[in-house]
Amino acid sequence: MLQVTNLKVRVEDREILKGINLTVNKGEVHAIMGPNGSGKSTFARALSGHPGYEVTDGQVLYNGQDLLDMDPDERARAGVFMAFQYPVEIPGVNNAYFLKAALNAKRKQDGLDELDAMDFMKLVKEKLQLLHVDDSLLKRSVNEGFSGGEKKRNEIFHMAVLEPTLSLLDETDSGLDIDALKVVSEGVNAMRSPVRAFIVVTHYQRLLNYIVPDYVHVLSEGRIVRSGGRELALELEEKGYAGQSAAGAGR
Amino acid sequence: METLVQAPAWVRERREQASRRFAEVGFPNTRQEDWRFTNVAPIADAKFALANGAFAQAPSLIAAVKVPGALTLAIVNGRFAAGLSDLSAMPKGLRIAGLRDGARDGTDGLEQHLAKVFSIDTHPFAALNTSHLDDGVAIFVTSGAAIETPIHIVIVTGSDLPSGASAKEGGKPVTAHPRVLVVAGANSQVRIAQTFIGAADSVYFNNAVAEVVVGEGAIVDFYTDQRESLQAYHVANIQAHVGAKGVFASHAFSTGAKIQRHDIGIGLKGEGADCTMNGVYLADGERLLDTHTSLDHAMPHCTSHEIYKGILAGKAKAVFNGRIIVRIDAQKTDAKQTNRALLLSDEATINSNPQLEIFADDVKCTHGAAVGQLDEEAMFYLQARGLTRVEARDMLLHAFAGEVLEGLKIPALREQIETTFFTALAQDVAVTV
Repeated sequence: MLQVTNLKVRVEDREILKGINLTVNKGEVHAIMGPNGSGKSTFARALSGHPGYEVTDGQVLYNGQDLLDMDPDERARAGVFMAFQYPVEIPGVNNAYFLKAALNAKRKQDGLDELDAMDFMKLVKEKLQLLHVDDSLLKRSVNEGFSGGEKKRNEIFHMAVLEPTLSLLDETDSGLDIDALKVVSEGVNAMRSPVRAFIVVTHYQRLLNYIVPDYVHVLSEGRIVRSGGRELALELEEKGYAGQSAAGAGR
Repeated sequence: METLVQAPAWVRERREQASRRFAEVGFPNTRQEDWRFTNVAPIADAKFALANGAFAQAPSLIAAVKVPGALTLAIVNGRFAAGLSDLSAMPKGLRIAGLRDGARDGTDGLEQHLAKVFSIDTHPFAALNTSHLDDGVAIFVTSGAAIETPIHIVIVTGSDLPSGASAKEGGKPVTAHPRVLVVAGANSQVRIAQTFIGAADSVYFNNAVAEVVVGEGAIVDFYTDQRESLQAYHVANIQAHVGAKGVFASHAFSTGAKIQRHDIGIGLKGEGADCTMNGVYLADGERLLDTHTSLDHAMPHCTSHEIYKGILAGKAKAVFNGRIIVRIDAQKTDAKQTNRALLLSDEATINSNPQLEIFADDVKCTHGAAVGQLDEEAMFYLQARGLTRVEARDMLLHAFAGEVLEGLKIPALREQIETTFFTALAQDVAVTV
């Protein structure tokens, strides 16, 4: 589904990613771990097309398409979703109204009929229940005045409604208490399927107790230095990131 | 002008007084503080001809903005056009008169209020308008009457095409001085809108005055929809006096005119009065939209809320000057003013100037101004969920303007203005994204 080859990304004048190689297949969950400043969030944001992240080299193929050649909204409509580390507050834009517009933009692209208000609300109620999200979130402006936990739940709620093919979770666990973490994880687990894939960016292995990954990659100084199965995350928890240097660079 | 001669003595007197005043002060210039950023030389130099009542396009222009369910009062080139008005849903508790006929017939309340709310000394264009005082409409709401039917005043300006000219050019440039008077009796309630319109791209100078008297405990909503031709010069003075415990709300929506100057003044003349003075404007090209607001807190325990928002593209310029005077007796005043502008291009500019003059000591007065671009992080967030850049921008602009548009309590008119607003946005600022 996703082939990342030698991806180099610059933020302002600093090269953050120095050649990432990664292949993600349908049905897989990949965890990207690493210390602060290793480039894991940069990786997620570059894949989502954030204009502040300049790709200087490399290639990213998504279902055979050149992902880097697509605008952020084209990527989204093609099924790439990013759950933001810091969801943006947008005063005056109603959450439900926005989500309906986003869903219909995608449906239109997929050649499906746009959902009317009634069908949309039916779908939304289902997803809300699944995630134990209070429906008052729908009536409020996007993320405005939301608590940290509400913002993250809202991201997962958007994901559940938009049903993306590839989901990028950018430190979705940061700032979540254990209950919220469980809820968010349940939302992700409910969506796991043989046709979807997830890239979970996290600093802590804690999240991976709930979202069990198929592969774990360790990022250090802009490169993947180790890759392995779930046990790698457990090892990291025990030993920390110290010693995970470029020495053992893996694919 | 034989009709001018036929007017009653009090009308002629007020006209002459204003005429003398305007002769003294003339057109303002940019050396005057209140006109620093708005050069009206194009108006002063153009030698517009005083329009007569005939304008063949008036019926179609009025039809284009007609609000279903509302009373329609048509003013064509400053003259009340009874034939183009629709008073079929005339409710009880309402008196409506053309100013010319009303003055001739001695309509009750006209002599008492007409040209009495404004100070012609401080507003040269209001003096100019009054010097041509001839016709317009007066609306009287009986004390205690709650008028549910909205009243829609459509003010059309323009002249017929000379034979052979193209519709785009319009007729010869004319000027008109439309005049509106609203007197809401004690504890009455009414919603009034005025729409300014002309043939697209035609050149004219419209110099309007509206006076509003809000009686004790009365509730008056007053909307101004400025959708003049993009080549028109539009000057409007709106002045309201609000009595004790009266509630007055002015909402101004501006999408038209090459140069607009709005002077909106509200005097809180009785204890416990409340007013809202909101506006949203949109300009592109090389247009200039100037709004000067003035809130006069003359009495204690009054509250005022003011929000002005602007969206500017191209090389458009805007001026916002928000004056709040809190007089020495106006203790316990609560006044809040906000001015925000979004600049969608590097060349668009706004001059924003809050002007607080506070002479009482126990008051709450806040003001804030913010000028900025679209929030790029918000743009990215919306795009990352699948909206195109244009869709994302429109959604943010809707949200920005929505705060003011929501205050429009005539749903059919709100829909109409929203459509105009966002159609104009789509056309005007598409290039800037």
